[in-house]
Amino acid sequence: METTASSTADESPLVLLVQPLFPEFAAALAGRYRFVLAADADPAAAAEARVLLVPGLAPVTAQHLARLPALELVVGTSAGVDHVDLDTCRNRGLSVTNAGPAFAVDSADYAVGLVVAVLRRVAAADAYVRRGRWAADGDYPLATKVSGKRVGIVGLGNIGSRVARRLAAFGCAVSYHSRSPKPSSPYTFVPALLDLAAGSDVLVLSCALTDETKHMVNREVMEALGKDGVLVNVGRGGLVDEPELVRCLRDGVLGGAGLDVYANEPAVPPELFGMDNVVLSDHRAVVTPESMRGVLEVITANLDAFFSGRPLVSPVQL
Amino acid sequence: MASAIAAATAPPTGAQHSVLLLRRANDYLAATLRARYRVLSFYDSGAPLPAFLAASAATEPEPPRAALVVGGGAIRVDAAFLDAAPYLRCVVTTAAGLDHVDLAECARRGVLVAGAGEVFSTDVADHAVGLLIDVLRNVSAADRYVRRGLWPVQGDYPLGSKLGGKRVGIIGLGSIGSSIAKRLKALGCVIQYHSRRPKDTVSFKYFHDVISLATESDALIVACALNDQTRHIVNKEVLGALGKDGVVVNIARGGNIDEAELISALREGKIAGAGLDVFEKEPVVPAEFFSMDNVVLTGHEAVFTTESGSDLCDLMIGNLEAFFDGRPLLTPVLPK
Repeated sequence: METTASSTADESPLVLLVQPLFPEFAAALAGRYRFVLAADADPAAAAEARVLLVPGLAPVTAQHLARLPALELVVGTSAGVDHVDLDTCRNRGLSVTNAGPAFAVDSADYAVGLVVAVLRRVAAADAYVRRGRWAADGDYPLATKVSGKRVGIVGLGNIGSRVARRLAAFGCAVSYHSRSPKPSSPYTFVPALLDLAAGSDVLVLSCALTDETKHMVNREVMEALGKDGVLVNVGRGGLVDEPELVRCLRDGVLGGAGLDVYANEPAVPPELFGMDNVVLSDHRAVVTPESMRGVLEVITANLDAFFSGRPLVSPVQL
Repeated sequence: MASAIAAATAPPTGAQHSVLLLRRANDYLAATLRARYRVLSFYDSGAPLPAFLAASAATEPEPPRAALVVGGGAIRVDAAFLDAAPYLRCVVTTAAGLDHVDLAECARRGVLVAGAGEVFSTDVADHAVGLLIDVLRNVSAADRYVRRGLWPVQGDYPLGSKLGGKRVGIIGLGSIGSSIAKRLKALGCVIQYHSRRPKDTVSFKYFHDVISLATESDALIVACALNDQTRHIVNKEVLGALGKDGVVVNIARGGNIDEAELISALREGKIAGAGLDVFEKEPVVPAEFFSMDNVVLTGHEAVFTTESGSDLCDLMIGNLEAFFDGRPLLTPVLPK
């Protein structure tokens, strides 16, 4: 029996793509939506498209948006959506969704992994042992305790709240800074970032990158965190003044850092490569096979909700 | 008891009690000890151990009745040692483990033994969790990768595996194992365990034997003491039961795992990875591990942090003072 081909009479809703989908996503979503690359869209498709899907961190500029007069929704596939021109979206009354909680658990787990790795020098000790130096040169120098450290979390959203809960189980004292206090949270709210840094041994960045938060971690904050202080960033590279970070680490103004994100990925300041008090990762905090499936679920849920007129699952407040 | 009475007799005014120091001391420990005691340091003496112990018998006004020892295989407090130092009435060990002290021999001779109590537990637990996250999420491997400048050239390092929902089997649910369990619960893991006897104070699932535990676990964490029953408790069958997606973390003793079998299992992909702080012949680490990206190696440092160093020092001094004052030890291992 022949299956009915439905290419030209395709009833699937049109979704424009800023760049091609990951193969796994394309396979999972095939047949449910009609995907067209925005750059290849003919005038009719551009005029008709209501949804723009943004795989990865491809930039979505005002120019991109201006070409799509019928646009109503931008679907992000990441935790942060600072690569999308949110001002333009707000002005046009567009909705924007992100990956919601899909990445939150894995990001939080990785943030904790970085905290332990930096404080206990795990990666550096591993490199030391691997080079055969334990037998030759004796013990690697002492690292510092994790339990009981004062942890300051910047941004107590999906990711930050999970980091808090995990580090509390290590006996860490947790405080946080965010745009506004969260009354339901058991942790101490600190209104000024500088005060949070001054009163913390470890500062974990898990907030969005916006005009307000760009370079929020500057020299003053790093000095307040101090020569024994550790900065862990699983947010966005732009939250930190990166050249200043390198200087502070090099000069011992800041004690150490665990970095998953950078100002110009995948470029990492090479001065960091020689530092033992730094742990570097390739923007992988979010990614596990399970979280990719989670993101797919969130994307699908948002698309389904939109096309059937139901509330979006993970809208970003613009 | 004879030993307690003897210890409670103070030495002549102005003199300090003598103490044998059978471990390398950092500055803080050395200074703290010397402020209170006459310290006879083995490593400073340069003599072989039997000669050192024999010479110490002649110390005036009294031979050292207490000794500070550390683990790691350097010095074993066994029958031969105790025969060479019959004047010793108290051994204060600064190691987390006790496999370097022949407890039966000490008990037989009425020698008191003070351990490290729970000073190390949180630091070892923190490190164990750090190793598990590292192995599952490739933290150190990604760090190496980025440091070699490969990210812009070869793209992302391969995906790691989620922690949440992983079934973690802890072998030995003492102070360290319980601290590990508490942390991993907050990370969304399912905790289960094997120990000599089930603990009715916990609600985790108990397994009578390690093979059943391994069969139903995604990760094994070895947190038990090393003794005759637990040597190679993680062996070829256990590794086989753990399976090709399973990982093992060891912060106990190298001897708890059959190291040669572990290397084979990793080489052949029979398990997915390992996080190791201890090895069978420290500080020698089998070179086969060095080329494995799915293994995290640290040099027996789970116990050591700058803070625990001073906590430990305070505890050792506390035990020595209790002994010399004729009071019960702070963290007695013997008498039980």
